[in-house]
Amino acid sequence: MSEVRGIYTLWLREVKKFLREKPRLLNAFVQPLLWLFIFGTGMRFSAGVTEYNYQEFIFPGLVCQAMLFTAMFMGISVIWDREFGFLKEILVSPVSRPSIFLGKMLGASTDVMLQGIIIFPFAYLIGARIGLLVFLEALPIMLLITTGLVCIGLTFASVMKSFEGFGLIQTFINLPMFFLSGALFPLTNVPDWLRWVSFCNPLTYGVDAMRTVMMGNVFVPLFPLYIDIAVLFGFAVVMFLVGTWAFSRTE
Amino acid sequence: MNPVIETFSLTKRFGSNTAVNALSLRIEKGEVFGILGPNGAGKSTLLSMLCTILKPTSGTATVNGFDILRQHHEIRQSIGIVFQDPSVDADMTGLENLQMHADLYDVPVSEVGERITSVLRLVQLEDRASDYLSTYSGGMRRRLEIARGLLHYPKVLFLDEPTIGLDPQSREHMWDHIRMLRKREDMTIILTTHYMEEADRLCDRVAIIDHGRIVALDKPSVLKKSLGGDTIILGIKDGESLRALLVGNGMAEKVEVHNGEVRVTVANANILLPRIMEAAATAGIYIDYVYLNHPDMNDVFIHYTGRDLRHEEAKAPMGKMAMMRRRRVR
Ligand SMILES: Nc1ncnc2c1ncn2[C@@H]1O[C@H](COP(=O)(O)OP(=O)(O)OP(=O)(O)O)[C@@H](O)[C@H]1O
Ligand SMILES: [Mg+2]
Repeated sequence: MSEVRGIYTLWLREVKKFLREKPRLLNAFVQPLLWLFIFGTGMRFSAGVTEYNYQEFIFPGLVCQAMLFTAMFMGISVIWDREFGFLKEILVSPVSRPSIFLGKMLGASTDVMLQGIIIFPFAYLIGARIGLLVFLEALPIMLLITTGLVCIGLTFASVMKSFEGFGLIQTFINLPMFFLSGALFPLTNVPDWLRWVSFCNPLTYGVDAMRTVMMGNVFVPLFPLYIDIAVLFGFAVVMFLVGTWAFSRTE
Repeated sequence: MNPVIETFSLTKRFGSNTAVNALSLRIEKGEVFGILGPNGAGKSTLLSMLCTILKPTSGTATVNGFDILRQHHEIRQSIGIVFQDPSVDADMTGLENLQMHADLYDVPVSEVGERITSVLRLVQLEDRASDYLSTYSGGMRRRLEIARGLLHYPKVLFLDEPTIGLDPQSREHMWDHIRMLRKREDMTIILTTHYMEEADRLCDRVAIIDHGRIVALDKPSVLKKSLGGDTIILGIKDGESLRALLVGNGMAEKVEVHNGEVRVTVANANILLPRIMEAAATAGIYIDYVYLNHPDMNDVFIHYTGRDLRHEEAKAPMGKMAMMRRRRVR
């Protein structure tokens, strides 16, 4: 019981802080708009994709991108806690390390889910018809993606002792994962090496699954939905275990 | 009596640097126990090990009868700690920080509100409770941390330099409060400090540590006495007659006459001074003025950790430790 209370209070802290940070919320709102309307419009008329609306194509990818960047940022926030000393207060409490990790993970995941959901209304602006049912189908997929990504962030935060690594994460995790996920271009026409590297990226399966449920028949999926889900599930479980292990070792 | 804390050759090394060196110590229930020592002596490292967030290199300790190596959960539930470095969440309000603490320590929900009010009153932050901590002054944050450490009624309270950055009023207030807690809650309090006066007035016993070892441990009064006792200085024209009187009736042994002043070294000047005045009056000796000189904790601290001690150590012939230390000093 006491563990549940500890998990709850850590979750609440993450969510409160997320909602209070007004500039970040504004950023969360505007960035996808820029991608969708400037980048999206430009590519729509110059890339020559004819089977479907390019904006509709990148929309699921942009949801994944927003979740990816937020997840890394929230995971890394543990480093802030360490730097400003608050982590000590948590670590010396009777709440066990796995529970602390779980509380952080749930809190950050809630933030990431909110971040992803905020973007959905923009779908109407580009003319994509996403009904309630499609939205509800997308949610569990988003949850799997979120869990895995947040755990990556938390794992890095457990290993890194300072902010120094933060820029590295941007360059070596965020951008490659985003570019190699097929979020911005279809992986059907690219050279083999690029396709194979992309297949090693768990986010590829997330983007693929999201498109499968959101775009309907116009989109030909890379993998059947059940394979996407299985990979995402495995990814979430493995990262959760790795994260718990890494976090439990921190002093 | 059962010790609340007992350490058994507790040792912590960071690489080749031994922060706490085979330290053995017993702290009894209900004590206010002070830990003094120069910067880097190993005080914070010792506390970190006792509250189970740092693993000892070797040796062990018990806190409230629980082992620090195996019974983390039990220990953490029964202790409170105020760290040397700030550990509050500045983006949250005072109230939220306290509420989080209550949840982490599973304080009964029905009592949380009442306890938060009472600890806030104690540190006089009631009217700032709903402000973000980022708007507090440094001393106010410190006070909030102290309030937080008390919220779950710990049996043992560790305070790592609790009054650093506090103004004299707050410090005085803190001392009163620590004394009251000891009495009312039957709490054992372990505190480190660099304020010698604080150690003297507040602590039942103090340990002076240096290079991770205890170099002195006793009641402050005893430590001060060990330096040779108090000095009574009497301004007097005919010093010799007073000396003869005091030595003659066995009141004091060490009496020096110098420059129209008589210096009497005694164990306890406060008790002996009235007797001396009485004896002088009876013998018809006129005293112009008098003042007392008590050795204070500052003198004790310097005596045990000052240049003298290190100097002697460095001279120890062929000692490997001494050689290494010398090199490090250079
Ligand atoms: N995490 C760490 N890594 C490496 N060395 C450390 C670490 N923490 C402490 N030390 C070293 O251990 C020794 C004791 O440090 P500690 O913080 O316990 O001193 P202290 O007595 O609390 O000093 P102060 O009065 O300055 O607070 C110092 O030499 C310090 O450099
Ligand atoms: Mg210290």
